[in-house]
Amino acid sequence: MKTRARIRAAIGVSLATTVLAACGTGSGDDEVAAPKVGDFTGRGPITFVSGKDFTGKMPTVIKEWNNAHPDQKVTFVELPEQADQQRQQYIQNAETQSDAYGVISVDVVWTSEFAAHRWIEPLPEGEFETDKMLDPVVEAAKYRGQLYGVPNYTDAGLLYYRTDLLKKAGFDEPPQTWDEMRQQCEEILKVPEAKDMSCYAGQFEKYEGLTVNVAESIQSAGGSIVGEDGKPALDTPEAKEGFSTLVEGFKSGMIPKEAITYQEETGRQAFQKGDLVFHRQWPYQYALANADDGSSEVAGKFDVAPLPGIDGQGSSSLGGWNLAVSSFAKNKATALDFIKFMTSERKQRWSLDETTRAPAYASLYEDKEMVKKYPYLPELKESILTAEPRPRVVRYGDTTAAIQDEAYAALSGEKSAEEALSSLQSRLAGLVGGP
Amino acid sequence: MVAISMRPGTGSSRKAEQVKFGSLLVAPTMLVLAVVVAYPMLSAVRQSLYGPEGIDPQTGFVTDTEPFVGLDNYTAIFTEAGGRFWNAFGNTAFLTATSVALETVLGIGMALIMHRALRGRALIRASILVPWAIPTAIVALLWRWIFNADGVANAILPGKTLWTTEGFHAKLAVIFAETWKTAPFIGLLVLAGLQLIPKETYEAAKVDGAGAWRRFFSITLPLVKPALLVAVLFRILDSLRMFDMPYVLIGARKSSVETLSMLAHDEAMNVRFGPGAAYAVLLFLFVFLVAFTFVKVLGADVVGDAAPATSRRIRRKARGEVTSS
Repeated sequence: MKTRARIRAAIGVSLATTVLAACGTGSGDDEVAAPKVGDFTGRGPITFVSGKDFTGKMPTVIKEWNNAHPDQKVTFVELPEQADQQRQQYIQNAETQSDAYGVISVDVVWTSEFAAHRWIEPLPEGEFETDKMLDPVVEAAKYRGQLYGVPNYTDAGLLYYRTDLLKKAGFDEPPQTWDEMRQQCEEILKVPEAKDMSCYAGQFEKYEGLTVNVAESIQSAGGSIVGEDGKPALDTPEAKEGFSTLVEGFKSGMIPKEAITYQEETGRQAFQKGDLVFHRQWPYQYALANADDGSSEVAGKFDVAPLPGIDGQGSSSLGGWNLAVSSFAKNKATALDFIKFMTSERKQRWSLDETTRAPAYASLYEDKEMVKKYPYLPELKESILTAEPRPRVVRYGDTTAAIQDEAYAALSGEKSAEEALSSLQSRLAGLVGGP
Repeated sequence: MVAISMRPGTGSSRKAEQVKFGSLLVAPTMLVLAVVVAYPMLSAVRQSLYGPEGIDPQTGFVTDTEPFVGLDNYTAIFTEAGGRFWNAFGNTAFLTATSVALETVLGIGMALIMHRALRGRALIRASILVPWAIPTAIVALLWRWIFNADGVANAILPGKTLWTTEGFHAKLAVIFAETWKTAPFIGLLVLAGLQLIPKETYEAAKVDGAGAWRRFFSITLPLVKPALLVAVLFRILDSLRMFDMPYVLIGARKSSVETLSMLAHDEAMNVRFGPGAAYAVLLFLFVFLVAFTFVKVLGADVVGDAAPATSRRIRRKARGEVTSS
């Protein structure tokens, strides 16, 4: 009988352990103090850690480095596909202070969090060609003015629009403002081909993409989620005006109801099926929507422009990935050199050519050969130059969660724009700038 | 322990020797259990007593140590901030109760079909088991496409429901997908139970003139009960920890379907290991309580040491049916 009861208990325990084990780490009792900038000593083998290599080009790059540096070999460590799972791996690595990770690939929005926890090393800015890179991209790699990562590739949103329909309705230029977009839509939707189409969509499902789109709506009206002073600034008229464009868009039907379920891929399908006149999307959609293998019904019928704003061109959220050195890594001198190699202009041009990843270097956006191959580059540069990073706060996870909660409630009609913003203002006040 | 009880010792010295030998045999198991069960549990309990790290406003760096907050992470569920916890608690209980109830009914049905099928038996069994064989995350992705705005669900059903948005429909989507995936599990265990029932019992009942329903409720159900209870218990325990189905199918932090596991995961992901661990400990206690009650009240025989009694009961029952004819 005793055995039986014990085994019963053991079954209960083991079933619950999976959950418990996930939370068992993270005491952080004896963290080492961050070394000062310049403490990059030691040469030898290192690891390069990054998310799943969709491009399949990573082995080529690593091989090139390893051939040139046989005594400082780099091993590629591939992490899962999803960004939050990569972040989880980085945090676990940092909590155990493991030297398994050397150079790590960091999403721009993690910069503040990783830097404040001293999980990544402050970098000597003078050693990199950051002066040749686009300013907003470099700025997003800093925490409190100190560089913590070197831009590897960047990303900004573009407005995809249907050139064929615009022409039919008598418009030559894409809209610069929301009002223009609304007016153009009214005309375009009267065109017979545009029957049953919707005007505009972005990414409005409750996930990181929603934060991107909400930040853009507010920035494009001249506001910001977190102001220059590091305090939330959602009680400003700009924030209200900007955010209302989305809320009103849903209410008026300018944005279709199902857009509340759109992530990048679901939205892309809608655009490629010809359901949308305008679509806010990343550059990766350009090649896919232009594919002439029958997968896209809009191939050759669209172009891109910078995002629309209130009084003029809007402002995009800045995406992209930076390379950083894990604080617990060995052979940091090699790590630094490898970052220089990876983020060089030559490598980023190669990367743009082979994998379509947008470079950080300004000159590459004017490179004739590249512009011919990727006609959206000039618009993308314009979009990046006016782009803003999402709130640069240490507790980014909580911040983006709060933004998503409130914005989702407003877009799905549960709250008014004002209610959502004022509630977000007070939630963020407790999260950003201090404990 | 088993070795000891099997043969009573003859002398006290011999008994002591046996105890020693027995402990030695059990030691490796105990060691493994200590490492994989006891340590993570105690570590989680300890972690749950600490709060999140603060940020030094001067340097901008996160402080090195987490503050000891005692039971604050636990008492927090009774304050205003506990709303999310109780919502997750309610969701967990609701999703478990509804999906396990549906799975049980469907699972028994599947078991009967698998048991009865004469032609294409292998094919029917295999096809019923396919959903169970697919990983939950993949199932959730498949159903996400089905419940997409332009998906199959909306094409079949009247109206256009945005299934993955907040609301009761999100709960329905999770229950549906969860039932689809796990009813075969109950079916499988019940099938094993069905195959233990001697054919003569049914023959005797038939001779007595019992109809199909009567045979099901008076013979099949009572005799399959031990296997069914174990299956249901396992499903309840599993369901109370539900994470991947709502997480992938509907999405993170949606209050309509957020379960306790998702809440604990979300806290841990935001580097608040203390509250995360506290939620996990509370979930563990809840799971434990439910399992304990289930075993005590319904007498589910998890370990199988009541098996001889069961088969005796079957025989007795079978005999009873025959003699009464």
